[in-house]
Amino acid sequence: MNVTRINVNAQRCIGAGQCVLIAPEVFDQTDEGTVTVLADTVDGSAQGVVREAVRACPSKSISLTEG
Amino acid sequence: MPTSDPISIEFPTRRRGQLSPPDEYAELRARPGLVKSALPNGSTVWLVTRHEDVRTVLTDPRISASPTHPGFPTIGRNGTVPHPDQIPGWFVAYDPPDHTRFRKALIPEFTVRRVGELRPAVQRIVDGRIDAMLAGGTTADLVAAFALPVPSLIICELLGVPRTDRELFESRTQVLVTFTSTDDERDAAAQDLLLYINKLIAMKQRFPGRDLTSRLLRAGVLTPKEISGVALLLLIAGHETTANNIALGVVMLLLNRQWINAPGVVEEVLRYLSVADRVALRVAVEDVEIGGQLIRAGEGIVPLGASANHDEGTFGHAEQFDPSRSARHHVAFGYGVHQCLGQNLVRIEMDTVFGTLFRRIPTLELDQAVEDLPFKYDGVLFGLHALPVRW
Ligand code: HEM
Ligand code: SF4
Repeated sequence: MNVTRINVNAQRCIGAGQCVLIAPEVFDQTDEGTVTVLADTVDGSAQGVVREAVRACPSKSISLTEG
Repeated sequence: MPTSDPISIEFPTRRRGQLSPPDEYAELRARPGLVKSALPNGSTVWLVTRHEDVRTVLTDPRISASPTHPGFPTIGRNGTVPHPDQIPGWFVAYDPPDHTRFRKALIPEFTVRRVGELRPAVQRIVDGRIDAMLAGGTTADLVAAFALPVPSLIICELLGVPRTDRELFESRTQVLVTFTSTDDERDAAAQDLLLYINKLIAMKQRFPGRDLTSRLLRAGVLTPKEISGVALLLLIAGHETTANNIALGVVMLLLNRQWINAPGVVEEVLRYLSVADRVALRVAVEDVEIGGQLIRAGEGIVPLGASANHDEGTFGHAEQFDPSRSARHHVAFGYGVHQCLGQNLVRIEMDTVFGTLFRRIPTLELDQAVEDLPFKYDGVLFGLHALPVRW
């Protein structure tokens, strides 16, 4: 099964929260408002929503490693 | 780099009765490079129309959001608010790293979880305005009776404005966005608001509450003077933008009743209408190439959000209002480090408004033909001066 690894950069993050709205089971915001991941990897249908979060993130703080 | 001279066009506007973006945008997107245009005040700017190019402009570090740079574009009437440079804390006009300090101080207040806590207050405010409308008869101007007061009351809630002061707060903000106000009236209203906000800050220093203002004061990262600038920015950035989306969103849903209660409505209203089409203004501080066009340092740039949001390359059947699409990557809130701080509060407001209004007033309808509605075509924001409805 192919698995996608999720990398986030909390330094770049501007706390827009788009990722949290799109994939709340994968992304969360700390009390400081910046991104944190709840799951390091996703597979199956969750990959689609994670890609949507990457596309929506205004600060390009989320990247994926496939494989 | 293309060698052909860029064409220069008149600044595009919507036709009478038109809710979709100006017709010229589609044509401009299809042309290579960028086009030049003269703003109403005579200065020349670059118009950016494609989704990808708009996102590039809003993330390129050689492009600035600060009006202190020569060549920065100005659109619309001046004098509605004091010049941003004179207000410490007006961080939408700062570049990193100055901007970063403010943004970092503010984002804890706008996380999805934190704004979610405001949902009951939002519901109460929306219900309150509907009660008042229903008590007033069977017709109303939805802009004055509902769309304008709701966001302003919600900002009061956010800032911790006591109930007894909300009347004053609301009446002053109303003057700022009413088209019949004279410039003098607007200046006076802005002045009153600034004075009031300073009073509010002094009050919260002595008697802290469970509100944004008190928490910012306690955190001590921003000075009280900066916090008062931030409060004014939140008020101005969050008022008419939201009001226009509410009023025009209601029109969209009355014209497309099958979508009332559809899950993707809020995002699609934001994308389709793009009321803040020409809000994120920029200037190049170094030479930079965008969309195959060289922009020189000191030249003004207007990324057109409504055009980006109707780019066929990014959104299939972009000209259709279709809440079933996935529209999350729209730029109705801008893009890059300045992307709207209030966006998740807006989502809760619009969701509550549409959900409640059509449930409580199922017979709601327009009391004037769409073509005859008083649209704001020439303002900075697309919107409605009034929206006559009946039920
Ligand atoms: C539907 C309603 C709204 C729309 C369409 C909207 C749109 C925008 C846009 C396009 C920007 C980017 C400006 C730029 O890049 O120069 C922005 C920034 C901002 N908005 Fe909103 N906005 C809305 C509601 C709100 C609300 C309710 C608030 C606050 C309570 C708010 C606060 C802000 C702030 C503080 C900024 C500056 C952020 C920064 O510079 O980091 N907005 N908004
Ligand atoms: S969408 Fe991007 S900027 Fe927004 S919270 Fe998530 S990682 Fe941060």
